[in-house]
Amino acid sequence: MSTTKSARRAGTGRTGDKVFSGAALGAGVLIVAVLFAVAMFLVIQALPTFSAAPADITGGKGFVSYIFPIVVGTLIAAAIALVIATPIGVAVALYISHYAPRNMARGLGYVVDLLAAIPSVIYGAWGATFLASQLKVPYQWLADNAGWIPIFGGPASGTGKTILTAGIVLAVMVLPIIASLTREIFLQTPMLHQEAALALGATRWEMIRMAVLPFARGGIISAVMLGLGRALGETMAVALVLSSGPMIASLIRSGNQTIAAEIALNFPEAFGLRLNELIAAGLVLFLITLLVNMVARWIISRHKEFSGAN
Amino acid sequence: MSKRIDVSDLNVYYGDFLAVEDVNITLDAKSVTAFIGPSGCGKSTFLRTLNRMHEVIPGARVEGKVLLDGDNLYADGVDPVTVRSQIGMVFQRPNPFPTMSIRDNVLAGVKLNSRRMAKSDADALVEKSLQGANLWNEVKDRLEKPGSGLSGGQQQRLCIARAIAVAPDVILMDEPCSALDPISTLAIEDLINELKDEYTVVIVTHNMQQAARVSDKTAFFNIAGTGKPGKLIEFAETATIFNNPGQKSTEDYVSGRFG
Amino acid sequence: MATLMTERKRSALTRGRLPKSTPWVVAASSIVVAAALMSLIGFNVFGWAVLSAVLFAAGNVVSSAVVEGRRKATDKLATSLVLGAFLVALLPLVSVIWTVLVNGVPGLLAPGFLGTSMKGVTGAIDNASVANHTPVLGGVYHAFLGSVLITLWATLISVPVGLLTSIYLVEYSDGNKFSKVITFLVDVMTGIPSIVAGLFAAAFFGLVMGPGTKTGFVAAVALSVLMIPVVVRSSEEMLKIVPNELREAAYALGVRKWRTILKVVIPTAISGIASGVTLAIARVIGETAPLLVTAGFATQINSNVFAGWMASLPTFIYTQIMTPTSPSNPDPSNQRAWAAALLLILLVMLLNLGARLVARIFAPKTGR
Repeated sequence: MSTTKSARRAGTGRTGDKVFSGAALGAGVLIVAVLFAVAMFLVIQALPTFSAAPADITGGKGFVSYIFPIVVGTLIAAAIALVIATPIGVAVALYISHYAPRNMARGLGYVVDLLAAIPSVIYGAWGATFLASQLKVPYQWLADNAGWIPIFGGPASGTGKTILTAGIVLAVMVLPIIASLTREIFLQTPMLHQEAALALGATRWEMIRMAVLPFARGGIISAVMLGLGRALGETMAVALVLSSGPMIASLIRSGNQTIAAEIALNFPEAFGLRLNELIAAGLVLFLITLLVNMVARWIISRHKEFSGAN
Repeated sequence: MSKRIDVSDLNVYYGDFLAVEDVNITLDAKSVTAFIGPSGCGKSTFLRTLNRMHEVIPGARVEGKVLLDGDNLYADGVDPVTVRSQIGMVFQRPNPFPTMSIRDNVLAGVKLNSRRMAKSDADALVEKSLQGANLWNEVKDRLEKPGSGLSGGQQQRLCIARAIAVAPDVILMDEPCSALDPISTLAIEDLINELKDEYTVVIVTHNMQQAARVSDKTAFFNIAGTGKPGKLIEFAETATIFNNPGQKSTEDYVSGRFG
Repeated sequence: MATLMTERKRSALTRGRLPKSTPWVVAASSIVVAAALMSLIGFNVFGWAVLSAVLFAAGNVVSSAVVEGRRKATDKLATSLVLGAFLVALLPLVSVIWTVLVNGVPGLLAPGFLGTSMKGVTGAIDNASVANHTPVLGGVYHAFLGSVLITLWATLISVPVGLLTSIYLVEYSDGNKFSKVITFLVDVMTGIPSIVAGLFAAAFFGLVMGPGTKTGFVAAVALSVLMIPVVVRSSEEMLKIVPNELREAAYALGVRKWRTILKVVIPTAISGIASGVTLAIARVIGETAPLLVTAGFATQINSNVFAGWMASLPTFIYTQIMTPTSPSNPDPSNQRAWAAALLLILLVMLLNLGARLVARIFAPKTGR
């Protein structure tokens, strides 16, 4: 009885095990291969840019002077977005997790998740058609009254399509992302810590500072970094909102450009060296976002030990 | 249907750490053997080596021999899957598959191995196994309901039914009653008494009264201190272990002086 | 004595606290003061509301600082700031939704919008419909079909690869070096800007199939690069929370590992996996940038993802706004763009709702 049984069972399915584990491993290898391919193809296609004569590059002064202004533009737009979105996003998350009435909180959380899922092209369309025209008056006011500060130097844009508008649209776009991620972290704060703080006679704000924020610090940073990654790589919102131009210090005049928008606007008509140039720009953008992600991971791993989470 | 197990010179490692050292023991067919001992002494680890379940834990490995009626479980070319279909196991916490009905849970071992089975045969097997686990009368009207809807004790008996449905030779039980209330515990203990007519039963328990009630022989495991390996201290008839143990540490443990 | 204590108006426990009516008093007075101030510099409702809110917050904090002490005042200040930030955040988000609804509904309800493409719709036709006040012609069917097909192919590529990878990570790797490499690379992939994913697909197919190859499938590959990491991450999380006891129970019955995974682990986790996949679809269906560089712009229906340019909802919105069909009369194009935007938002919301529904339907039943 037992010998026949074991013989029969040993036969079935060993191949299945091998095939299945092989397929699983294969999928993992494929991911590694794809990422390698992404890097390789970008590098290969970008190479002609670096060997080309400086005069052949757009702008006529070589790749570095071509890429530098749009890198700066990308960073400015992302910086504006984060400066606005981080405090508001964290506060929104805090409101939903710790201030809003219980029966409202669930619905609000759901709404924030939905807003985080709205495609960026829609934020871009909103920025281009609605927000830009609303901002013309404030920009004019800034140019008149604060024009002596270089970033508000006039004359203000007549259309409102400036890098500041683009930054604000990016902020509106990443705000739900930051809020949605940090809200989840806030909800994970151990109830015990919070109750311990309240039992010591802490006010709500003191409880949040004692128990919630320290626990969530790593999570907040990673949410902000994710938002930064999105803001850096965001194409459509900027392409639609910004009327681009050369690099300038003023945020309220037409001008500046970001890498992603530069690619999207020019790629459809590009050929030859221009194509290589844009791919090289994409490579630079990839490296910047990679750097941001690495830094984020490094910060999170440093904070991990103190957060109480694992 | 029932087989004996001979263990000789068995060492269990987790990575480089020696968890259980030098076990020699013989578990008789158609009997109940209880493993007792303080927490962390390696009795559960040792139990898992009897059907190679320890291999699920990364880094765990074994030296020595475990003979099932003379066949070494650890010989080259032995498939752990074959071993486990002959030596079943019941776990500390009842773990019916949440996605399956009661009936499918009983048939899980058969179905998951994709053996085709006529419906009448399957029905017969379900009834036989559930009756074998003293659960038939309680669930016969709701076989298509999810297994996770049963009470804890019923779930544990469902898991036993699931284990005996694959017709094993040996059933290993790892503290099967530790998550149950006293009445469910009693039902399981009654069941163990019946199971030994057909199966070799090995049970790990923290409850010494339980060991005394259900087992024919008892093995006492102990550990010299943290970081030291667990060892088999004494193995004898249950009556001997509890009334007239040969070792001082066994006597201390069963009389409740420590552990 | 006890009755005396309960009847005392202000017990020891409420000493040093503002009476309950304080916020109302502060609110009323700040509204009045704000109205007065606004009338000095020119009245408008928006400014009045903002000023009232600021005055209300300030009044609350100051009165609390005077009567209740610094700690209470800080708490009230924090509450005001958090609530204020929440309201500030609502403004643009409500505005986005409102803009899309107001501008999108007429276009979406226009006859033929969902059923026709942009084939043959030229600037002259748009000019004519503006001049004659006839309904705007042209529709979004080709773009909708393109979005669905491209996303479908991206899903067909991403789900097997992503799910198998997560199975490798959770079930097979035992946390070895290779699995750490994969986890790291998946993290890197999550951070790839969408336009770069598009560039990769364009560059890859440009090398393999000849320069300028733009088809729906190229776009699907680009979207897969964005989708795979999302699927891997969410499935990995879901597989991890399947209790180990279930795997052990199956192994102890002599079930092979691959069958255990297929028949026990995945069915247990399927609700989470399915909702994760649905969310991933919702995420990529709105991606615009990669499609711009991979799928081209089409104005007619193309149901073959392997040949020819293909339209999609996001690129449709983009091109209609950036380069209106009739440059002199952009209104018809704007109407179509907003209608497509509304359609896209509805689609994304449906997918999000669907994800929740899917999670509930597939969740293991307890049947008690």
